[in-house]
Amino acid sequence: MAVTGLDIYKLLPQTNCADCGVPTCLAFAMKVAAKQAALDDCPHVSEESKEALGTASQPPQKLVTIGSGDSALKIGNETVMFRHEEKFHHPCGIAVLVNDTDDLDAKAAAIKNLFLERMGQNIGVDVVAVRCGSGDGQKLKDAAMKMQAALNLPMVLIAESADKLQAAAEGLAEARPLLWERNGPSDALVELGARTGLPIVVEGDLDKCDGDVQKARQAGIEEMVLCPGEVTPRGALQFLTMSRRAALKRTYRPLGYPVLAYAWSQDPVQLSLEACHYVLKYGSIVVLDEDRPEYVLPVLVARQSVYVDPQVPVQVEAKVHEINEPHDKSPLLVTTNFSLTYYCVLGEVEASRVPTRILTVDTEGTSVLTAWAADKFGPEQIKEAIEKSGVFDQLAEGYQKPVIPGLVAVISGELSEELGRKVIVGPREAGGIRRFFNSEWPTLVGS
Amino acid sequence: MPVPDVSERLSGAINEVTIGATEEQGGSRTRTVTIGGETSFPMLSFEGRYPHPPAFALQITAADVDDWHAEAKKHVADVAGDLEKWAGKCEEWGADLICLDLAAAHPDSGGRSPEQCADDVKRVLGASGLPLVVWGTDTDEVDNNILPKCTQAAAGENCLFGTAKELNYRTLAASCLADSHKIIAEAPSDINLSKQLHILLKDVGVNLQDIIMHPTTGALGFGMVYIYTTIERGRIAGLSGDTLMQQPVVVNIGKEIGRVKEAVSPEEESPQWGKVQVRAPLWEAATAVGYVEAGAELLVLRNPEALQQAKTALEALWPKPPESA
Ligand code: B12
Ligand code: SF4
Repeated sequence: MAVTGLDIYKLLPQTNCADCGVPTCLAFAMKVAAKQAALDDCPHVSEESKEALGTASQPPQKLVTIGSGDSALKIGNETVMFRHEEKFHHPCGIAVLVNDTDDLDAKAAAIKNLFLERMGQNIGVDVVAVRCGSGDGQKLKDAAMKMQAALNLPMVLIAESADKLQAAAEGLAEARPLLWERNGPSDALVELGARTGLPIVVEGDLDKCDGDVQKARQAGIEEMVLCPGEVTPRGALQFLTMSRRAALKRTYRPLGYPVLAYAWSQDPVQLSLEACHYVLKYGSIVVLDEDRPEYVLPVLVARQSVYVDPQVPVQVEAKVHEINEPHDKSPLLVTTNFSLTYYCVLGEVEASRVPTRILTVDTEGTSVLTAWAADKFGPEQIKEAIEKSGVFDQLAEGYQKPVIPGLVAVISGELSEELGRKVIVGPREAGGIRRFFNSEWPTLVGS
Repeated sequence: MPVPDVSERLSGAINEVTIGATEEQGGSRTRTVTIGGETSFPMLSFEGRYPHPPAFALQITAADVDDWHAEAKKHVADVAGDLEKWAGKCEEWGADLICLDLAAAHPDSGGRSPEQCADDVKRVLGASGLPLVVWGTDTDEVDNNILPKCTQAAAGENCLFGTAKELNYRTLAASCLADSHKIIAEAPSDINLSKQLHILLKDVGVNLQDIIMHPTTGALGFGMVYIYTTIERGRIAGLSGDTLMQQPVVVNIGKEIGRVKEAVSPEEESPQWGKVQVRAPLWEAATAVGYVEAGAELLVLRNPEALQQAKTALEALWPKPPESA
């Protein structure tokens, strides 16, 4: 029987201390009931209460933490199969593979190069997977230590057998790496995981994972990550779909863990496409043996896209943004407050080095044409935003001419009438802004 | 405790739609393309049917390709301006269909006359045996002027014509009915608008089985995820039995890629993103694979390299029909 929020509330200290990150015990109880939080997130809950609720209060898919400190990666705890049903909660980790036989400095440099920024967010590679290619556990440890020092990212340690993971696991226990014994876990790995308290990978088909998870749980291991092993993308899709369904729809605990998907394709293009596909369909960590940005970038952008909360518009503040210290003869660009739109424009303006004001009109976070079609970016709204901002007061006579996106050229006449000022139609794509600043803009202002 | 069986049997099926007509069928295509027919979510053939692989069309146009991004343009440089040659190339490049984009009819792009457009259609049909998609200009008056002539020119060939929109569907619907073509119903990113449009089309006599829907298209990182989710939601409805959402989905990806800086910005400008000759086709292919994952079954691309890449990736995913069946 489902446990209600009220059932859970009765078992809480009811002090509303907010240490759980939720303002009240009742609100926290509701979250636990909705499987969006674990009872353990309340540091004050009694052992008896915990037992009373037992596993019923646990979310259907376990939250697993890899790494420690600021860069720790939290995965799992997902609640839906399709993002519109709620949202995907914990962005998957994207891991680049490093062999302990590689030129480690070069690898670290390549991975550093993959810390990218997009739309004001860091979208870079956020996990390093270090593999014991040498067959020597000591070497794996040295390599892992080196990567840890160079990058300070959560790690997956990979070896063919548990003994080769031991030195690295013990030496780096504080950094909480995920231990992946190929085709594991053997009893030795279970023992190592239990002793060090580190999360482990359980590899195999669903039946094998089912059994091995129960074995590891009995040994005291709580945090695990499933992995379908070396299968085709088709096999992986089946594994990812079925394990997630078993967890979310049947609360089947032995499969209620996040999943690591390894892109096995040899050809880098295919590897990239395979990885994109795992990002969209339920991978919690996606490992790529590839560190060139042209292949990794689409994977990073796919993750950024699919983990956007579909209920919340992705927007920036509606105001005048001052770029490169604008003065009274600087251009005034008008755009929407949709993050994607704003950052496209901002990127071009920054690259141009031209001091500029960008007025973001409140379109409830929608793109230029979407907003225009929905009557949120018409002459009236733009006029109102301009007037409210008082931006014309900062501009010299002859420069009080807003530049609008080329895609809404049709509104220029009406806007110009409303404002009683000339309106300049800019290029259709943000990419044209630099050329526009150099060629057309100077001829259109000043008089 | 055994692992629970969580396979899902869904009550609905996506319509199976065939584009193109061979000689026996009254046309002149050397083959036809069938899409749809699924009873499962994309690629999940272990629990349902996914009988046809997603189909790929390559876009060709009589309009100037100056505004195509360099990496797509380099493939077509030799054939742009010669629709017949270009159409022949598409076949070589492995396209399943050709998509003739009628942008050239727009006054801003040369204002090709209805007769010229109809002639373009005829010439493309003559130059290649692939089934044909014909895509209008996105401008109602222009479309209403040119499309009827084009459907007529292709009578008997069972082409796919688009696009019909809520405020402009009558002319195209009538001419597709008259000349027996399939029709693209376009409703921007909203399944209710889409259903409404299907009802309107049905009311003027279009068979629901003859519709392919276009929820509009954004590229990966450039609006894709919104459309991805629209398609997923529609697919759930269709597979649950909603006959107004059982139409296969087309997305028109090629022309969106040039807008994405990450995909096309030259290395001199963006060295941090790596080689542009890798990025550009890969971006197009990744967008295609993403849409297939949501439920799309017809993908219009520009870059032949992207077509090969996406097809190869989908072969690793697309399940061959079960052997026993
Ligand atoms: C994703 C999307 C959506 C998402 C919205 C996402 C969002 N937050 O905006 C959703 C699903 C919600 C949506 C809804 C609708 N959409 Co919509 N949508 C799209 C889609 C696929 C991509 C839009 C996008 O993200 N573009 C990327 C951004 C960055 O582009 P951008 O804002 O234009 O910015 C670029 C340029 O304009 C330029 N730029 C921007 N600012 C400035 C400023 C200056 C000065 C300059 C020089 C340049 C510049 O730089 C940017 C990069 O080049 C487009 C189709 C397409 N491929 O464009 C349709 C599209 C915009 N949608 C459309 C419509 C009609 C709608 C709806 C009204 C449909 C409906 N009736 O329900 C609704 C409105 C919902 C509402 N009430 O708000 C139509 C608009 C038709 C038209 N020509 O007017 C489009 C074009 C689809 C189509 N072909 O029919 N949509
Ligand atoms: S931490 Fe525990 S006691 Fe404090 S508000 Fe949250 S649920 Fe209540």
